[in-house]
Amino acid sequence: MDWFKKSKRGFTGSEKKEIPDGLWSKCPECGEIIYTRQLEQGFWVCPNCSYHFRIPSQKYLDMILDDGHLEECDLSLESRDPLKFKDSKKYPDRVKSAQAEAGMRDAVRAGMGKIGSVEISFAIMDFRFIGGSMGSVVGEAVARAIERSIERNVPLVILSCSGGARMQEGILSLMQMAKTSALLAVLAEKKIPYISVLTNPTTAGVMASYASLGDVVIAEPKALLGFAGPRVIQQTIGQDLPEGFQSSEFFLEKGFLDKIVGRSQLRETLILLLKYFQR
Amino acid sequence: MEDRQVLDFEKPIVELQKKISDMKDFASGANLELSREIQSLESKLEKMRREIFSSLTRWQKVQLARHPRRPHTMDYIHLMTTDFLELHGDRCFADDKAIVGGFAMMDGKPLLIVGQQKGRDTKQNLYHNFGMPHPEGYRKALRLFKLAEKFSKPAVVLVDTPGAFPGIGAEERGQAEAIARNLREMSVLKVPVVVVIIGEGASGGALGIGIGDRIYMLQYAWYSVISPEGCAAILWRDAAQAPQAAESLKLSAEDLQELKIVDKIIEEPPGGAHNDPEIMALTLKSEILATLAELEQLPIDTLLQDRLNKFRRMGVYRE
Ligand SMILES: [Zn+2]
Repeated sequence: MDWFKKSKRGFTGSEKKEIPDGLWSKCPECGEIIYTRQLEQGFWVCPNCSYHFRIPSQKYLDMILDDGHLEECDLSLESRDPLKFKDSKKYPDRVKSAQAEAGMRDAVRAGMGKIGSVEISFAIMDFRFIGGSMGSVVGEAVARAIERSIERNVPLVILSCSGGARMQEGILSLMQMAKTSALLAVLAEKKIPYISVLTNPTTAGVMASYASLGDVVIAEPKALLGFAGPRVIQQTIGQDLPEGFQSSEFFLEKGFLDKIVGRSQLRETLILLLKYFQR
Repeated sequence: MEDRQVLDFEKPIVELQKKISDMKDFASGANLELSREIQSLESKLEKMRREIFSSLTRWQKVQLARHPRRPHTMDYIHLMTTDFLELHGDRCFADDKAIVGGFAMMDGKPLLIVGQQKGRDTKQNLYHNFGMPHPEGYRKALRLFKLAEKFSKPAVVLVDTPGAFPGIGAEERGQAEAIARNLREMSVLKVPVVVVIIGEGASGGALGIGIGDRIYMLQYAWYSVISPEGCAAILWRDAAQAPQAAESLKLSAEDLQELKIVDKIIEEPPGGAHNDPEIMALTLKSEILATLAELEQLPIDTLLQDRLNKFRRMGVYRE
């Protein structure tokens, strides 16, 4: 819900495009000037400080899946405006401009793919679409991804990137947390593996539902994770937050992550995990 | 009654109530026959109350849900049950006073009852952390739900929270994980669960104990993805726009029934639950008992399948 809170990790909605299109790029974390081609070849990770640039979902597909191929499902799912929600903009207008900007119907893509020749049901969130926020469409697409896992008896992998539930769909967004988590209970009873990958940021309603419920939960380095947004916490307790608070490294230390995995190692790690969980 | 305990839109009602009681005192003191005058004022009061309460804005309902005299979870436990045996602690870290729970008898029927607990004054509010749970609260609740399952007792959940607590300790101990786990585990809990939003239902902090076979809402409770203040601060960049955010969020009991999230609205006494907590508790108790009787008829597989389907259907989209 705090999808455009600022933090020093560059988590802000106004900075729509983190991927630089110039010849040279500046790392938002350490300020290093990097040759963009070099950045691209290195998984969009800063060679100096290993900051992971936020990248669109397509780049993850290319990086993780065999041949970068996702057999996409539920492409026609589209949000409605059940609350007739209006703030500075009408919700349908907000959705339309997000669609134009991200080239997606909503903040998630889901379907079937392979990782190291193992068939999986896969869903991936995209921050460019209203901060990766979860409304009815995201909830439904994730729910169907879980159901495909159950029906076809194949592992589930979800890559999250989201500021939380989408306010403009009110209570319906909140209930997507319940919907997806209830289906994960069924998945767990069937002993089908679920690997949850957290990227920068994964917070609030998504973190407090399916993103936290993997058999294995792994995160990219230095991602902002957690339930409440840093600014809300700061305002509530009226004091500065400790250095590195709510980072992947913080949650690994506190025992809520299995592993922090750099982008260049992500595919290999998933291949190995899927192998260990194969029956 | 202190002034701060009367909401602005309640003021004309309270003034008239005072006038009536003054007149009654005067009549009995002076041994005067004023029953016709009193009767006419009482019917005027009735009419005024109906008018005010039939056109409440969503923001006014939010204020009623937060009314300083509104009954809280422990009030309902005392009014609806006997032999309440409170159980404490999550067996991991601490006992979170923002969530209370334990076993009790409701008209002779043993059951588990769990809910967020707010305080009535500053001291109590600090003790109960304003009804804002930490992870240990959600973990305590889950421990109790599992106990209910183990010993085949139904569970009643009373939701009343301004949100899960946003703090350093809460994050360190995994607020998100605690809530997520409850969502998953409660959806397959093998006993009937009745959830009632009795006051405020703010976000994941409410949902974290809010999974059940029936979701009921008191007439003037609210339930949404975020508090009106939180929503206003983010979308309007100004928490003072909360009344407008409350309208936009469609967070009232009627809204939620229309959106097919709540199964039933439980009517409050005239003027709201705080005006007559005993009647409110009686109404609530009879709804809970009737619902449990109905749910207990169902084979457990049917109960669980129905519960899954209930949440599976939630959402509005086109394709
Ligand atoms: Zn750098």
